Amino acid sequence: MTREWNDLAQGRSRRLARAAGFAQARQVRAEDAVALLEAVIEPGDRVCLEGNNQKQADFLAQCLAQADPQRLHDLHMVQSVLSLPAHLDVFERGIARRLDFSFSGPQATRLAGLVAENRIEIGAIHTYLELFGRYFVDLTPRVALVTAQAADRDGNLYTGPNTEDTPVIVEATAFRSGIVIAQVNEIVERLPRVDIPAGWVDFVIAAPRPNHIEPLFTRDPAQISEIQVLMAMLAIKGIYAEYGVDRLNHGIGFDTAAIELLLPTYAESLGLKGKICRHWALNPHPALIPAIESGFVQSVHSFGSELGMERYVAARSDVFFTGADGSMRSNRALSQTAGLYACDLFIGSTLQIDLQGNSSTATRDRIAGFGGAPNMGSDARGRRHASAAWLKAGAEAARPGEMPRGRKLVVQMVETFREHMAPAFVDRLDAWELAERAKLPLPPVMIYGDDVSHVLTEEGIANLLLCRTAEEREQAIRGVAGYTAVGLQRDRRMVENLRDRGVIRRPDDLGIRTRDASRDLLAARTVKDLVRWSGGLYDPPKRFRHW
Amino acid sequence: MKPPHAKATAAEPSAVNAVHDSSTRSFYEADARARIAGLLDRASFREFVGPCRRMASPHLTPLDQPGAFDDGVVVGEGLLRGRRVLIAAQQGAFLGGGVGEVHGAKLTGLLERAVTERPAAVLLLLDTGGVRLHEANAGLIAISEILRATLAARAAGVAVLALIGSGNGAFGGMGIVARCCSAVLMSEEGRLSLSGPEVIETVRGVEEFDARDRALVWRVTGGKHRFLLGEANLLVADRIDAFADAVLAALDGLHESGDSLVALEREQTRLSQRIADYGDCRDGLEIWRRQGIAEPERLPLLDTAEFLAAAATRGTPCN
Amino acid sequence: METLRFRFDGRQALPAGEHHALVGVVASGNLEVLLERLPLDGAMEIHIVTAARGFGEIWQAVLGDFAARHPLRDLRISINDVGATPAVVSLRLSQALEALQESAP
Repeated sequence: MTREWNDLAQGRSRRLARAAGFAQARQVRAEDAVALLEAVIEPGDRVCLEGNNQKQADFLAQCLAQADPQRLHDLHMVQSVLSLPAHLDVFERGIARRLDFSFSGPQATRLAGLVAENRIEIGAIHTYLELFGRYFVDLTPRVALVTAQAADRDGNLYTGPNTEDTPVIVEATAFRSGIVIAQVNEIVERLPRVDIPAGWVDFVIAAPRPNHIEPLFTRDPAQISEIQVLMAMLAIKGIYAEYGVDRLNHGIGFDTAAIELLLPTYAESLGLKGKICRHWALNPHPALIPAIESGFVQSVHSFGSELGMERYVAARSDVFFTGADGSMRSNRALSQTAGLYACDLFIGSTLQIDLQGNSSTATRDRIAGFGGAPNMGSDARGRRHASAAWLKAGAEAARPGEMPRGRKLVVQMVETFREHMAPAFVDRLDAWELAERAKLPLPPVMIYGDDVSHVLTEEGIANLLLCRTAEEREQAIRGVAGYTAVGLQRDRRMVENLRDRGVIRRPDDLGIRTRDASRDLLAARTVKDLVRWSGGLYDPPKRFRHW
Repeated sequence: MKPPHAKATAAEPSAVNAVHDSSTRSFYEADARARIAGLLDRASFREFVGPCRRMASPHLTPLDQPGAFDDGVVVGEGLLRGRRVLIAAQQGAFLGGGVGEVHGAKLTGLLERAVTERPAAVLLLLDTGGVRLHEANAGLIAISEILRATLAARAAGVAVLALIGSGNGAFGGMGIVARCCSAVLMSEEGRLSLSGPEVIETVRGVEEFDARDRALVWRVTGGKHRFLLGEANLLVADRIDAFADAVLAALDGLHESGDSLVALEREQTRLSQRIADYGDCRDGLEIWRRQGIAEPERLPLLDTAEFLAAAATRGTPCN
Repeated sequence: METLRFRFDGRQALPAGEHHALVGVVASGNLEVLLERLPLDGAMEIHIVTAARGFGEIWQAVLGDFAARHPLRDLRISINDVGATPAVVSLRLSQALEALQESAP
């Protein structure tokens, strides 16, 4: 028997033929969207529903959730983020069964419930880069439901500043005989630029409402505490200046926003302008505006955009990646790659750290996934190019007789207690319990202890690179764990010894006075200050307005 | 718009060395004690019933809540640019600046003291959602006492000024108190109204008022709108020294003798006309447009000086 | 709500300055700290009212460290707390001490 070598292409033709009645020159009316999905998708298909960190193919998500479970069932969803209720409705209604994903922040509790009821089979929880990688290996979508700002009559797409995951999804789908359906906010005669060529897109639907975009990276400076200012001072003087960190990524949160807002004030007063923080893999954080305006920042490549930052970004094309049309182009896959291989430092917060330095944001009732933090927050073992920061960190970690190599700086920055006195340092991560309850193959560790170079708290900095034994490492972590049970159980003599060796550095050791940690040091103390710094170009989302 | 290189001037929120002068600091960001310290001449403040007296609320302990040593309001006397004033500042972060029994008594006492001492003014730095719900009736009674004392001070010839530039603004009963003052001084961050946005949304539904639409909340209750409606006499930038300047300006333009019957009737006519003119409006924007302001949608984004220039162009039916 | 009392023997007299100092505010995750110079037989007395129950040991550790750093005589510290973290408690204590020692202008 001779094998046919184009089953996938034939399947594509079959699907397109069924959908022919709905489309006129690739355009499908919004009211036919559900019928289109029922015609194109087959039971058991792998479907990528574009759920990003920020923008959402929300109309297509609702349409898929409205499909007839008699016709569409046992779908295998492969999508980076579960963010909307509809993303889980498809499982609750029996339309989809299996799920491979990377992050589920807002739906984490409901997801855990559905997994417990056996309504969802989880294939695996990935980091972004792993999931994108698998789109090109064994999880290629048959049908991709994506979203773009605009399409033209031919079906070319303009994704606008929030390009995010769209290129990687469409490329994987379109080049393996899959079908790409795009919801767009508008259909226009002429696009500002083409982000996705028409030849890769099969259907375009003008959605009744613009796609949802979450302002995920906006932090109101008014909510930054004095303790966060202190920790930011420690980071700048004790790590950024120490290693000459020039290429970096910041995790989301008020801790890192405080660092960004201290660059034009505190870091400048230390003479660090031009020496640190010039190149970033970072979303356009509003909190970075003062550092950009002060001349600290030379380049920023972004995973996605941020609501309200569009005009500012367009007006600062020396700094941000923008198209000839003036608007930003982001790309999550490429920015994650930049964060992994091209940056010398990742710094971020977490919920829990154990005595080995493993950290996790998992709690027993929530399956939140990973997102991109592990991509950025890991030593890139495949990295070969050198930089001063990378070499210095590598030298600190070197053991006698080993081949010299560099190390990425991976900093975990936490206040020893979170709100409601929840300790950030624990003997055993809640991730263990979640793994048992949700039958995960491994505890979901966000950043493994052996990737962490520094743990930074209000009590000081523990440099794990300098620790020579497991016991030293444990005491170094206890030594900055403050008044948590883990911290109170420190061996005081050993901790003092580590301090003498510079493994632990207290604010005093760095010449930082705790009482100087005032909010006055923040370059912007309110969202309005950020607007002023931007020369009126930043237009904050209305929920952040106090005027 | 300012060019990016013009950033590190004292008026900008940047320079490290410029931020230690308390009087140029943000009024909005400061707490009650920092506002008083920034407004008054250095070391001139003398507190009445200070924290060492521990006049905390008696109603919170039974509710298993810690009280505050000053019950969330700082009262006392001091000099503002050499003029003797009585001053009160509410601590907005403590129970939303809510007025309880002790808190209210301190305000009332301060206002009553004004009748005998005749200071240049009583300054009320409001930062409150109104009555402290934990103390329901005691709080309501306190509000009525404050109202009476405010009017008594004015009748005695002492100007009572409400300064509103805080996170909580002035809502509920304290919104009424503000409007009984001789003058209201606001920044655009300040808000002044009766029912809070969340209360309106809860009672009347999100269609009536979307409390999460912060921009709408400010277009309806914020300082700029209150200024355009004539309820805030002066609109100032969000700096403590700007409020101090405004106090002097208000006092110099004011001759307090309480409201005469004629004045009250005139005000009543004005308010009747206002409801006739704007009663059907759903948003501050519509009112500003009717006032003849060109491109009213740009008003929220203008800084104070630009805004005042734009507001001067209005040909308003009732201001 | 919980009330806690601690007493530490002091070794140093307070430098001159204000009679009392108040910092902080009674709000979620925060606290107010009132310091007063009082004749207390050479001791530092600390009185805490806190909304968060069951953290007596942590208070003891935080205040013990403070008293070890500043073994002050004749100082009364009164605290109203709404679940402030130890970091915030320590910061407020040092701010209050600084305010108390500010030389009167």
